[in-house]
Amino acid sequence: MTITKRFWISLIFSLPMLVGMIMMPFGWMLPGGNWTQLILTTVVMAVSARPFMQSAWSSFQKHHSNMDTLVAIGTATAYIYSIYAMFTSQAVFFESAAFVVTFVLLGQVFEERMRNNASNAIEKLVDLQAKEAEVMRDGELVKIPLSEVVTGDIIRVKPGQKVAVDGVITEGNSTIDESMVTGESMPVDKTVGDKVIGSTMNSTGTFMFKAEKVGSDTMLSQIVDLVKKAQNSHAPIQNLTDKVSEIFVPVVLILSILTFLVWYVIIGATLANALIFAVSVVVIACPCALGLATPTALMVGTGRGAKMGILIKNGEVLEEVSDVKTVVFDKTGTITKGKPEVTDVIGDDKQVLSIAAGLEESSEHPLATAIFDKAKLLQISKAAINGFQAIEGKGVKATINNQTAFVGNDKLLDDVKIDSELKNEMIRLQNEAKTVVFVGLGDKIVGLIAIQDAPKETSKEAIATLKARGLRTVMLTGDNQRVAQAIADEVGIDDVIADVLPSDKADHVQALQANGKVAFVGDGINDAPALTIADVGIAMGSGTDIAIESGGIVLVKNDLRDVAKALELSKKTFNRIKLNLFWAFIYNVLGIPVAAGLFFAIGLTLSPELAGLAMAFSSLSVVTSSVLLNKAKITGDVKVA
Amino acid sequence: MTRILVLIVGLAIIGFIIWWFFGNHEVAETTATVSDNNQSVDVEVKGGYSPEVITLKKGVPAVLNFTRKDASSCLDRVVFSDFGINEELPQNEQETIKIDTSKAGEFQWACGMDMFHGKLIIK
Repeated sequence: MTITKRFWISLIFSLPMLVGMIMMPFGWMLPGGNWTQLILTTVVMAVSARPFMQSAWSSFQKHHSNMDTLVAIGTATAYIYSIYAMFTSQAVFFESAAFVVTFVLLGQVFEERMRNNASNAIEKLVDLQAKEAEVMRDGELVKIPLSEVVTGDIIRVKPGQKVAVDGVITEGNSTIDESMVTGESMPVDKTVGDKVIGSTMNSTGTFMFKAEKVGSDTMLSQIVDLVKKAQNSHAPIQNLTDKVSEIFVPVVLILSILTFLVWYVIIGATLANALIFAVSVVVIACPCALGLATPTALMVGTGRGAKMGILIKNGEVLEEVSDVKTVVFDKTGTITKGKPEVTDVIGDDKQVLSIAAGLEESSEHPLATAIFDKAKLLQISKAAINGFQAIEGKGVKATINNQTAFVGNDKLLDDVKIDSELKNEMIRLQNEAKTVVFVGLGDKIVGLIAIQDAPKETSKEAIATLKARGLRTVMLTGDNQRVAQAIADEVGIDDVIADVLPSDKADHVQALQANGKVAFVGDGINDAPALTIADVGIAMGSGTDIAIESGGIVLVKNDLRDVAKALELSKKTFNRIKLNLFWAFIYNVLGIPVAAGLFFAIGLTLSPELAGLAMAFSSLSVVTSSVLLNKAKITGDVKVA
Repeated sequence: MTRILVLIVGLAIIGFIIWWFFGNHEVAETTATVSDNNQSVDVEVKGGYSPEVITLKKGVPAVLNFTRKDASSCLDRVVFSDFGINEELPQNEQETIKIDTSKAGEFQWACGMDMFHGKLIIK
């Protein structure tokens, strides 16, 4: 029989007694008196409360105890005593037993519903998957179920369809809504060579892609796996409740016997009154709220994070986050975009870029790609060249429209003139730690191209938010001091530690830990040791697998602003756990003495029915408080005053 | 006189509770038998888990078959926090749970409310 059914049965059979209780002052009695009460309560005990008894008995046989032990002993005591009292013509309290069963079941009905709500969020993610895919087999497109798709399959995706698995576009282009996986709300443009993620929604175009990861290897499956582990992980704070719950029930039973003995033997109360106090103690003390406090909050918090593209891997991380004092960032790929790009073009854009693109095409200059990308972005076609040759150690030259054109580094300045205006620009750019490429035509420099691994657009805002929260920000990089400082100044980082060997990153993090807990944000293989050693390791989702493996938090969107959000979410979740535990303890710590009749002298007592209601509320309030975490405000953009 | 008697009985019950719940009592242990490169253990869920301690062989695919015979909502889920498993156990139905035995060690499992515990030893 389900809990809901048991609840309804016990409610229906308890109601007449409730009416009887309310009407008593008006002189109305339940027809049949005690006999009616006995019959009604017997039904409740036999049908609704029996599972409590069974469970209590089977635990008892194994030397265990649980909440059912308390409910069973409390209600059975009230019930059996009332039968004895009935036949010896004393006051009965059948209704206590029936009401306690009803209230406890009411609490469980709600609690069950809430718990399912809290845990289902992540299972819904799995349902996002496409059910079938259009796959090229023997030169023809056929629809097959998702489970039959294998790596290497060419799959077609039409507008409005879901991408079946992870892969790379081989033909066509489109915009794709990836919000369900990355949390990024803007649709992303994708073309040949770009990666697509399974379960994301194709919006405008039709394209073909080659499956690279299927089944449990897909990004979505891995995220689900990670989140499931996090949701069920043990937060260290729980160790306390583990210990408490083991001894709690027997201790409560002992307390209740002591309560009875004190009232009956020492104070000399009547048997009935002493029993009522003892039963109240047993009923109010149920420790379920204690047990539910941590797991439910953890579940809601990590589930919410997953929706925002912030994967929190376990409960331990949450605890560490609350007293992080310093946030350390890796530079390349974390604060910056991780690849050089053209930041400034001095001179005539079109002329400068077309010469540079034409000449660089034949060179193997590492910065050539940055120049091509810029030319492509501005739709500038490269100049036709002939007579290409290298200028040893300085650059390259060729002929364009019968004029000598050249591109190279500052050593070219030995041979050609540069006017003072350009020279000033050069100095400015170099002070910003940018690499300057010189472009010349004939015998003079016509333009400059500045190249830099520029900070991400969001980095500055992200750092400002963290600083507004009173956190110290540090940049740790293998780059030289000048470049590092320039980037740090641009985004507003407090301290720079430059020229760090990859193997020394972890040592620097350790040194910073002397001043309080440290969070490290990074993405590379060389960041893995630092991610592990830091109190909180935050890995960028675009990073290497090993970095993601080492981090305690993974930012799927690669947006540095999510660092602040992740810290805030972790802190809120952990605070909620503490709040829950506080309430759960308060219920028991305050409830037990009141129920034991300690405050009898000032007229404060707790009948078994009220104790049952209070207990149901304690579990319910803890679960509700956890679910409310879904509504807690996580903005991540505290405005700088 | 009655009151003295009640006092003695009450104290005796307290003594019994302490001995019964806190004393050292044996728990049911089982070592899985390996056949056809598979191992499985049936676990009965009734007022706790029996067996409570299960030993599995490392590297051999393993399943645990949980059957909940207890109506208590305390036991309606089983959680292996180290494996990210949180399964519902419908009453009186066998629920099979696959265990990844690639790593040796001791792993706790618990009910949804973390009140009942069991231990998995992989070696």
